[in-house]
Amino acid sequence: MDEDTELSLTIAQIIQRLKGSHLHSQLERHAKECLHQPEIKLESLKEDVRSFLKTAGWERKLQNAVYRELHVQVPLSHPAAPPEHLKEPLAYMRTAQASWEKRVLKSLNSMSTELGVPLARKRPAEVQMELTHKWNEMGTDEPDLSRFRPVYAPKDFLEVLIGLRNPNHDSREDVSARSHWGLIQVPLNVQDIPQLRQTYSELNLSTGQLGIDDHAHIHPDLFESEYFQIGKKVIVEQDSAAAQQYSRQGCPTGLRADLWALILNSTNQPQDVMHYEQLKAGVIHHDLLVDNLIYKDVKLTASNDDYYFVFEDFLYQVLLCFSRDTAVLEHFKYNSATPPKSYIQGKTGNEECAVVYPPNGVIPFHGFSMYVAPLCFLYNEPSKLYSVFREMYIRHFFRLHSISSSPSGIVSLCLQFEQLLQTHLPQLFYHLRQIGAQPLRIAFKWMVRAFSGYLSTDQLLLLWDRILGYDSLEVIAVLAAAVFAFRAENLMEVTSLASAEAVLADLSTLKVMPLIQIFLFATAI
Amino acid sequence: MVFVPMSKYKTSGYKGSTDSGKSEEQEGIRCVRYRCGQLSTIKDVLRQRPGWVEVRDDGEWDFNWCDVSWLRENFDHLYMEEHVRINHFRNHYELTRKNLMVKNLKRYRKNLERDIGRMEASRWDFFPCTFALPSEYHLFVEEFKRSPGSTWIMKPAAKSQGKGIFLFRKLKDIIDWKKDGTRSEEQKDAAQVESYVAQRYIENPYLINGRKFDLRVYVLVTSYAPLKAWLYRDGFARFSSSRFSLSSIHDKYMHLTNVAVQKTAPDYDPVKGCKWQIQQLRRYLTAKHGREMVETLFKEMDNICVCSLQSVQKVIINDKHCFELYGYDILLDQNLKPWLIEVNASPSHTPSSQEDYEMKYRLLEDTLNVVDMEGRLTGKEKRVGGYDLMWNDGPVYREDVNLETFGSSCFTANTHLGCVNDRDKQLRRLLKPFPGQKRM
Repeated sequence: MDEDTELSLTIAQIIQRLKGSHLHSQLERHAKECLHQPEIKLESLKEDVRSFLKTAGWERKLQNAVYRELHVQVPLSHPAAPPEHLKEPLAYMRTAQASWEKRVLKSLNSMSTELGVPLARKRPAEVQMELTHKWNEMGTDEPDLSRFRPVYAPKDFLEVLIGLRNPNHDSREDVSARSHWGLIQVPLNVQDIPQLRQTYSELNLSTGQLGIDDHAHIHPDLFESEYFQIGKKVIVEQDSAAAQQYSRQGCPTGLRADLWALILNSTNQPQDVMHYEQLKAGVIHHDLLVDNLIYKDVKLTASNDDYYFVFEDFLYQVLLCFSRDTAVLEHFKYNSATPPKSYIQGKTGNEECAVVYPPNGVIPFHGFSMYVAPLCFLYNEPSKLYSVFREMYIRHFFRLHSISSSPSGIVSLCLQFEQLLQTHLPQLFYHLRQIGAQPLRIAFKWMVRAFSGYLSTDQLLLLWDRILGYDSLEVIAVLAAAVFAFRAENLMEVTSLASAEAVLADLSTLKVMPLIQIFLFATAI
Repeated sequence: MVFVPMSKYKTSGYKGSTDSGKSEEQEGIRCVRYRCGQLSTIKDVLRQRPGWVEVRDDGEWDFNWCDVSWLRENFDHLYMEEHVRINHFRNHYELTRKNLMVKNLKRYRKNLERDIGRMEASRWDFFPCTFALPSEYHLFVEEFKRSPGSTWIMKPAAKSQGKGIFLFRKLKDIIDWKKDGTRSEEQKDAAQVESYVAQRYIENPYLINGRKFDLRVYVLVTSYAPLKAWLYRDGFARFSSSRFSLSSIHDKYMHLTNVAVQKTAPDYDPVKGCKWQIQQLRRYLTAKHGREMVETLFKEMDNICVCSLQSVQKVIINDKHCFELYGYDILLDQNLKPWLIEVNASPSHTPSSQEDYEMKYRLLEDTLNVVDMEGRLTGKEKRVGGYDLMWNDGPVYREDVNLETFGSSCFTANTHLGCVNDRDKQLRRLLKPFPGQKRM
C-alpha cells in the first residue's frame, strides 16, 4: 500500500470513529449556534464558521481527539488480512497467547467451582444499600479472602514467555559466543544503544531534564524556572501533541496532573462522569468473582505499601468499575489477547449464550492494583482518576501482560533488557548466569509492573512521564538494564540467586533519570 | 519493610560522625562526657559519636540529655561550667504546656494589636480558640454559646501521647465528665490541679482519601536572648488509621493522630505504618494544588514556628547552657491553612519503623552538630546538615544581604521544610578540618 492510500485509509478510519462521538455533536451544535453571530457572512460561510470554531478552541479539541485516535488505532494492513492478524501478526505468538488464556480461564472457573462462588451474581437489596453508603470507605470491609488465590502471579507468566519458540527459527544453529544467553529465545527485533540514542535524543546529556537538572544544588534559573513556564503555556494552549513532546523531559510536580490528562485527552466531561456513575451502579447491583481477586490484590500489595496504603478506597473505586467497563473491550482489536468468554449455566458452547467475563475482558493478576496506585497521587476525583487510568491501560499497560511481538510488548522488553545486558555488561551477565541467577528472573517483576511499588513515587512518576512522552514502554527495559549496571560491582561479588535478589531488593533510593541517561549516553560502544 | 525491635536497628549508610579521624589528630581535645536519661534513638546517636563517653549517675558531665522531670528536680541545684550543655530551658513549659502556650500567644497578640495594629496581629491567627479550665470557664461558656453546634476538644494541659483527651458538643458532656466516678485517678488528679484546656475542634481537616493526619515539625532553639532558631528539613505526617467522620466523635482512634494512640487501635497494622515523610506530603500537595499554594502553606508554617517562639521570648529564662529541640504538631484544614495544635519539649524519639529510625537518627545527630560541643563551627553558618537557620535575632534569608542586594524586595526565607535533605554532602563540606581548631 502506498503512502497516500495509507493516509486516506487512516483518515477514513478516524472520521468513522469520531462520527457520532460527543465531540462531533458538540461541534455541530456550536456550528449551528454561531450562525446567529453577525460576523458570519453567507458568501464566506464555510471559512467564517471554521475560523469561529477555531477561535472558540474547538479546532484544538478536535486536533486532540484525532491525536488520541492515532494512538489507539488498529494498525493498517492488507485488505485481505483477517482481524486476528491485526491483533498479532505472528502465528506462534497468537497460539501461545491463546493457550495461556485458556489456562487462566480454567483456573478462574475451577476456583469458582471449588469455592462454590458463581462468576457473577446479583446483590440482595440490603447489601446494595450498604454498599452505596460505604462506597467511599470500602477499605474498612474485612471480607474473608483467605480462600481466594490470585489467578496468576508474574512468575507464572514468565515461565510461559521462557517457553516461547518460533517454529521457523532453528536456534540450534547459533551456538556460539553470539548466541543469546538469556531466557527469552525468540528472534524479535529490539533496539540497541545506538538506535536508542536516536529515538530518545531528548534524554541526552546536554538537554535539560526533570529528575536531573532540578536537583537541589542547581540554580533554578539554569533550567527549572523556564521549563516550568513552558509547561504552563502548554496547558493554557490545551494541545495534546505539545504536552506529549514536553513530557519527554519530565513534568513538573505541580503541572503533571493536567499534562497527563492532556496527553491522554481525558477531559472529564459530563458524559464521562455519567459513564463512571453507571459503572458504579453496576458494581452495586452485581457481585463478580473477580471483585474478590481485586480486594485480595489491593490488601496484599497497595495496602502494605507505605506510600499507597492511604489510597486503598480509591483503588477499589477504580478497579471494581474497571472490571465492568465494556468500553475497554475496544482495545482488544489491537491487543493480542482475546477477552475470555463464559457461558450461561448449562449452555456451554452455545455462542448465543456467551458473555465476556469479566465484562471488560481483563482478568486481574497479583500486583494489578499497582498500575493505579501512583495515579492516586495526581487525581482526587474518582471519575477523573478512572478515565486517566483506563486510557493509560488501553494505550500501554495491557502490553505488559499479553504475549505479542509489539516493540512495547513484554516479550520485546524482556529480550531488549537481556540483550542490552549481554552486549554492554557481558562479564556481569556471564557471572550471574553461572551462579544460576538469570537477570530476567529478578528484573521481570519490575517490568511487568512498570516499576510501580519498587521505585519511590516521585521517581516512578518521572519514569512514567517518559513512557507517555515517547508513547512506548521501552524505557522500562532500559531502566532495568541501567539498574543492573549501577549495582554491577556488588552483583559481581554474589554467589547465589538469593544474594543477587538481596542486592537488588531495594530500589527506593534510585534516581531513574541519571541512571537512564548514563546508560544510554555514557556507555562506551 | 520489616519492623525490628529498636536494639537491632542498623544505621546503614552512616559511618558515625563525619569527623571520625579528627579526634585522634587533635591533641588535647577532651572527650565529651555525657549523661543520657533516655533509652531511645538518642542513646545510639550519643554512643556512636566519636570522642563522647557516657558517665553514670553522679559523675561529672559536659553534656546532659535529660527528661523534663529530672530537670525539674535538679536544675536549680546545678552548677554548670561555661562549656556545659543541657537539652532543656528551665521554664520551657511556658511554650509546651497547652494552657501556658495559649496564654502567652494571646497576650503577645493583644500587645501587638495594641502597639502595631490588626494587620500585624493577624499573623497570630494560627491557633484555634482555646480556654484554660477551670480558670477561664466563664469565658469559655460565652464563646461556646456563641457558636452552637460546634465541636470542642478537651485536653489535659500537661499530658502527652493523647492521654485523657475527649471531644464534646454539649456543655452537659463536661458537667457529666466532671461528675463521672469512673474517670481514672490521673484524670481526676489533673482536673483538681487545674490543668485542662478546651479548644475549638477543627471540623474541616485536610483529608487524604478520607483520612485525617497531622504534621510533626522539628525546631531547635539554641538561645532565646537573642532568639536563634533552626528548622529541620525532615518531619512527618501521622495518619489516623480510620476514615474521618464528624458523626462519630467518640471514636478516639479516628480523631487523634498520635502514634501512641494509634498503636492501640484495633486495626493498627505496624507493618502498614501510618506515617509519611514530610517530603512525600509536600510532593503530594504540590501535585494536587500546584506549587504556589504549597509554598504559601509552608511559609505559614514557618510563621507559626517563629511567632510562637517570639511570644515566649521574654518569658523564658535564657541560659547559655541550654538548648531545646521542640516537636511542633500542626494540623492542616481543607483550605490548606496550618493550625498549631501544640509544642512538645520532649518529642518522642522512639522509632516506629526503620525509615523513621533513620530520620530521627539524622535529626539528633544534626542537633548535636549545631550544639557543637567539638567547636567546629564558626557561628556564621546558615545551614548545618538538615537544619536551616530560621531566625537569628531577625529573619534569615537565603540570599546574602549586602549593599548590592539591599534595595531588592524579593528575599526568600532560609527555610527548606519538606525539601531534599542532602546533609551528608553539606556536612562533609562544612566540617572540614581547619588549622588551629579551638579547644572546648
